[in-house]
Amino acid sequence: MTAPALPQSEIKRSWYKRNEIAVTPWLFLIPGVLFFIVYVIAPIFQSVGISFTEWDGLGDPVNVGLANYAELFDDDAFYTSLRNNLIWLVLYLLAIPAGLLIALLLNQTVFGIRLYKSLFFFPFVISQVVVGLVFTWFYDPTFGLFNVALSWIGLGPVNVLGDENYVTYGIIAAGLWPQTAYCMILYLTGLNAVDPEQIEAGRLDGAKGMRMLWHVVIPQLKPATFIAFVVTIIGALRSFDLISIMTNGGPFGESRVLSFYMFEVALSEYGFRMGYGAAIAVVLFLIMLCFIVYFLWSMYQEERGR
Amino acid sequence: MFPTPIEKSSAGVQVAYKTMLPIALILWLLPLISIMVFSIKPDADFTTGNYWGVPSSFEFFTNYGKVFFESDMPRYLLNSLLITIPTVIGCMILSSMTGFALGIYKFRSNLWIFFMFIAGNFVPFQILMVPVRDLTLDMGLYNTIQGLVLFHIAFQTGFCTLFMRNFIRALPFELVEAARVEGISEIRIFWYVIIPLMKPALAAMAVLIFTFIWNDFFWAVVLTQGVESQPVTAGITSFNAQYRAAYHLMSAGSIVAALPPVAMFFLMQKHFIAGLTLGAVK
Repeated sequence: MTAPALPQSEIKRSWYKRNEIAVTPWLFLIPGVLFFIVYVIAPIFQSVGISFTEWDGLGDPVNVGLANYAELFDDDAFYTSLRNNLIWLVLYLLAIPAGLLIALLLNQTVFGIRLYKSLFFFPFVISQVVVGLVFTWFYDPTFGLFNVALSWIGLGPVNVLGDENYVTYGIIAAGLWPQTAYCMILYLTGLNAVDPEQIEAGRLDGAKGMRMLWHVVIPQLKPATFIAFVVTIIGALRSFDLISIMTNGGPFGESRVLSFYMFEVALSEYGFRMGYGAAIAVVLFLIMLCFIVYFLWSMYQEERGR
Repeated sequence: MFPTPIEKSSAGVQVAYKTMLPIALILWLLPLISIMVFSIKPDADFTTGNYWGVPSSFEFFTNYGKVFFESDMPRYLLNSLLITIPTVIGCMILSSMTGFALGIYKFRSNLWIFFMFIAGNFVPFQILMVPVRDLTLDMGLYNTIQGLVLFHIAFQTGFCTLFMRNFIRALPFELVEAARVEGISEIRIFWYVIIPLMKPALAAMAVLIFTFIWNDFFWAVVLTQGVESQPVTAGITSFNAQYRAAYHLMSAGSIVAALPPVAMFFLMQKHFIAGLTLGAVK
């Protein structure tokens, strides 16, 4: 076979044609990256900048250095929010074992099980606003089902959302409802992919029940657990809708978390203190950043493993 | 299969399991069932304290009729649609492009750009709130549907890129190589080779984004404030203020507000679940 001579046009190919493979990805990336930088990446840095100023959102920001952060140190509301954020983080993780438990219960093939699975998943599809409303009524001291149930076992009515000791736990329980549903669906999909041969091998070795679950099944569910962990942590730190709907931070600000307190400071009747709000947001961001770095590091390990 | 299939256990256990299922489901959905019951009760039941008894009359049409014809609810629902649908389309366009670029091509900053999208997607909303609100005000888009849509598209692009890129990565690369050998331009590869293969992923993503955006509350509160632009999640609070203590109407309103994503989920269940697991759990 003789090599054909390069046609004249081949030499005069346009610059784009010659560099097509190197240039195309950038052409495809530009709109998305640009949008993302303007609306997501740049605002992070702008917020950090604003946190060093005093600003009502209208006039010119006045530089105050670290004053906002210094104020945080003496702000009781900030500590309450921070404490509640930690409670949220820890208790929200209960959604993972709870989701696994429900998934194990539902991982059968009886008649109608598909419908059961979808209906168990139902709470996740509903807006958190509606979940909040539903649970507000559920806890209502005069007619809520919660207190009806309490009275059956002889306990007096508890105004969950009006009691500063219970309010955060009450809201977290409402949040756990959809989050557990999410974790359940992750585990149901994960359980589908568990290698039946390993289960059989485990059975031959005499593993049963909890031992089988712990040593054979859970290790194989690792990808599902990772995603469940990621979405639950993010969900816990993003908790805003439920608090806003159910208690609006009350009573006496006892159910605030950082995300809600920030909003209150920057955009509500407490006045438009953008600088102070931004400082709270930066603290929240730094907490999140620890997790983001961990998530990315895990993903990086996986990418390299390919 | 784990746990051991129930068919292998004794008849007693099977019966127990099958009776346990509906009971567990009812308990699980009890809060929801209760507002469904509320929403068909007449006004009188609440004044007489008949909260949990049998409704004294069936008022489904009266209550939902009020929601649809005597409140701002239809307007809020329309706003929600006008916000959600353009966002879904915008995200599909942008992220199929970014996903293609990051999934097919190897270049040095590839992984960094990918990680930028993921990291941005995880940040708490509050760190973006002040600058994004300011930017929207500056563009004259505060309290408009467009302002909200633009932000949603930008933010969701992070998640969608993660989704698309992972999906494209899992496609056989030989397809692209074969097309290149044939001398097909890169843009045509995107359009004629990759896009047709991405259809299931695009469907999954569309359902998910629809649900996320429909259910968004925070940004609706930050970027809009009136009937003319607020989506139903934010509107429901003013609806409730209007009908304070009218539990039958508030319940009916909540159900109406929650319905579209629920319908979406039941219609596109398979895609929805594939999407939620981010394709990581096959």
